[in-house]
Amino acid sequence: MKSVKLTVSALAVIAASASVAAARDQVQVAGSSTVLPYANIVAEAFAENSGFAAPVVEGGGSSAGLKQFCEGVGENTIDVANASRKIKDSEIETCKANGVANIIEVQFGYDGIVFASDINGPDFALTPKDVFLALAGEVVVDGVVTANAAANWSDVNPDLPAQPIMAFIPGTKHGTREVFEEKVMKAGCEESGALDAFKAANADEKAAEAACIAIRTDGKSVDVDGDYPETLARIESDKNGVGVFGLSFYESNTTKLKVATINGVTPSVETVASAEYPVSRPLFFYVKKDHIGVIPGLKEYAEFFVSDAIAGPGGPLSSYGLVPDPELATVQQTVADEAAMQ
Amino acid sequence: MTDATDPGTIPAQPARHTSGSLLTASARTKRRNAAEARFKAYGIAAIAIAVLALCFLMSSIVRDGAGAFRQTYASIPVTVSAEVVDPKGNRDPAEMAKVISLSYGKLLDDSLKAWIAAENIRIEGLSDADTKSFFSGEAPARLRNMVLADPELVGQTVEMTALTSSRIDGMFKGRVTEETAALDSKTSVAQFRLAQAMKENGALVTKFNGDFITKPDASDNRAEAAGIGVAILGSFYMMLIVLILALPIGVAASIYLEEFAPKNRLTDVIEVNIANLAAVPSIVFGILGLAAFINFVGLPRSTPVVGGLVLTLMTLPTIIISTRAALKSVPPSIRDAALGVGASRMQTVFHHVLPLAMPGILTGTIIGLAQALGETAPLLLIGMVAFVTTFPAAPPEGFFDPASALPVQVYNWTQRADPAFSERASGAIIVLLIFLLCMNLLAIFLRRRFERRW
Repeated sequence: MKSVKLTVSALAVIAASASVAAARDQVQVAGSSTVLPYANIVAEAFAENSGFAAPVVEGGGSSAGLKQFCEGVGENTIDVANASRKIKDSEIETCKANGVANIIEVQFGYDGIVFASDINGPDFALTPKDVFLALAGEVVVDGVVTANAAANWSDVNPDLPAQPIMAFIPGTKHGTREVFEEKVMKAGCEESGALDAFKAANADEKAAEAACIAIRTDGKSVDVDGDYPETLARIESDKNGVGVFGLSFYESNTTKLKVATINGVTPSVETVASAEYPVSRPLFFYVKKDHIGVIPGLKEYAEFFVSDAIAGPGGPLSSYGLVPDPELATVQQTVADEAAMQ
Repeated sequence: MTDATDPGTIPAQPARHTSGSLLTASARTKRRNAAEARFKAYGIAAIAIAVLALCFLMSSIVRDGAGAFRQTYASIPVTVSAEVVDPKGNRDPAEMAKVISLSYGKLLDDSLKAWIAAENIRIEGLSDADTKSFFSGEAPARLRNMVLADPELVGQTVEMTALTSSRIDGMFKGRVTEETAALDSKTSVAQFRLAQAMKENGALVTKFNGDFITKPDASDNRAEAAGIGVAILGSFYMMLIVLILALPIGVAASIYLEEFAPKNRLTDVIEVNIANLAAVPSIVFGILGLAAFINFVGLPRSTPVVGGLVLTLMTLPTIIISTRAALKSVPPSIRDAALGVGASRMQTVFHHVLPLAMPGILTGTIIGLAQALGETAPLLLIGMVAFVTTFPAAPPEGFFDPASALPVQVYNWTQRADPAFSERASGAIIVLLIFLLCMNLLAIFLRRRFERRW
């Protein structure tokens, strides 16, 4: 009984001192683990140059970050959510329901997604069609939908090495998975003509699209729920593996990984910027407008993030692997005007 | 008796009587001895496996992590060109502060090129990118601070010792070789040769890196500048909170339960629950902490106060159980004697029982603290896995400032792309293990030194 009383009084003391200590003076950021390294670089440079307190940046994933972001307005909620995908309508609804009505959307650049294999393995020159035929759950053989039986890469395309198919793709909690499904599996599905066959087999168009992005479940493709270092570790232990990585991660690990070309294009900051390399996605962060003026340095942080010296070509973000947004000037204007999403 | 002398009429005797001498082992004895020898061998094998696993773990951590304590620095004269740092030429500190640290990189780049020319070092294929990426991203920031602190430096040439990039550093730790440099997009063979030439020249030194212990975390572009200062301080603050809260609460609860509480169903239920709490997975305490302290009480995220409270809840059962064991081990004769000379129950406990139980209580507390120090899972949920580059203030305000913690810093670094971070993660593990070892040694010392046996 004594312990309960003591605990309660201890909590009361702490709660009382918390209200005294309040008034947060640093920006709090959470969200996508893809955006995390960029946000870290910006936070560090921002603290160095601005005189404001260093922002605190957490990872956790796009969905988790946006969920926290939409919990409400006030010092106990985060100010900025990083996302490797656009905010969903359902998330905007949740935000509105919790009083977060004014959200500033900032798209600060692009990120390439690459396929890479062990450095000592053979070269891969992939197309979305090859990847679809190798990894889809069902493929179309002679007009008939059958379970995927391809065992070697050479089975799907004679030009590819005769190496057993073993793919490590991001798990479903990652934003990267969505891009992989959209830009690779769906594109390959259409290219190979499987989409039409699926549509013929299924009256429902949605079911046909779902069939396009269904990954084979016979162990030749593995979902990696961890981050890219885990995918890299898997490839190091299984030399036949082909993994999906962010361009910036690959750039930091070129001594261990060999990158595959897609449609004959080698991924690089330049080829992603020129849209020659097809598999890329925009990166975002979302700012709570109602916190501007309340949390010191919030607007300055957002402006610093999208300034030419940071997010522009030749800046520290692009040297880490970010593909600068060609429309950066418009983005800077959006931030300066504090223009909220409609 | 005549029957007995006639071998023909002796009834069949049990085998053990026929075996003869005690000095020669029977088959059965041999079997039993063999079983014992086998069991001993199993035991030795089990210990050997454990020792081997420990040795493997330790040697791999030390091999990977030793590098974190050494770092490569370059010393060259740097010309602080007024065009870059003071474009308007009026030496106005406010104007100069507008030049961001990234621009200072050009100064280092130009100075390095000038130095290479002056020292007559010729490297084939040395590109602009090679000199630009030679120094750490931390070096321009430090130069900027130097210039802003002392504007007299503008236009002068200063001798500067600066961190080199993680790739250059890797060249002197065996992480980067000429072969891997050729493949690496972040360095090149020319940069490798430049580094070797500078080493011969004496401009590059790899020396002890105290900054690893004292400096805060650094971003993904600056693996070479990352340190565990904030993490150590954050862990220390959390341990302080755990000690301040868990020790009095735990000791008070166990004294009451052990010495005063009536033995009834309610105290039995409490007792069972405490034992159960000790076995609850730590992640559950993290969920509880998120719901209770952050969402309900409204304490700030990523702060030592929340981490400390969560770890307090986690450590309490351990402390209560060990304190009760220590109180139980004090013989009843002590209590009887005290009560017999007229002490009250309170006096008995506080003047006689508690002092005698203290070594046991302290040992249990320290072991509980050590457990809390290494705990990661609950901290994941309350936002301690964050990128924090400012040191928290002195307590008590500092308890409410964002901080990191040692085990989550290790976790954080293993998620990063640059290979130099895995070296630093192992370095942080070494520091964490040293702390744990010290705490356990202290616990053993206290027990040996003060424990009384009856």
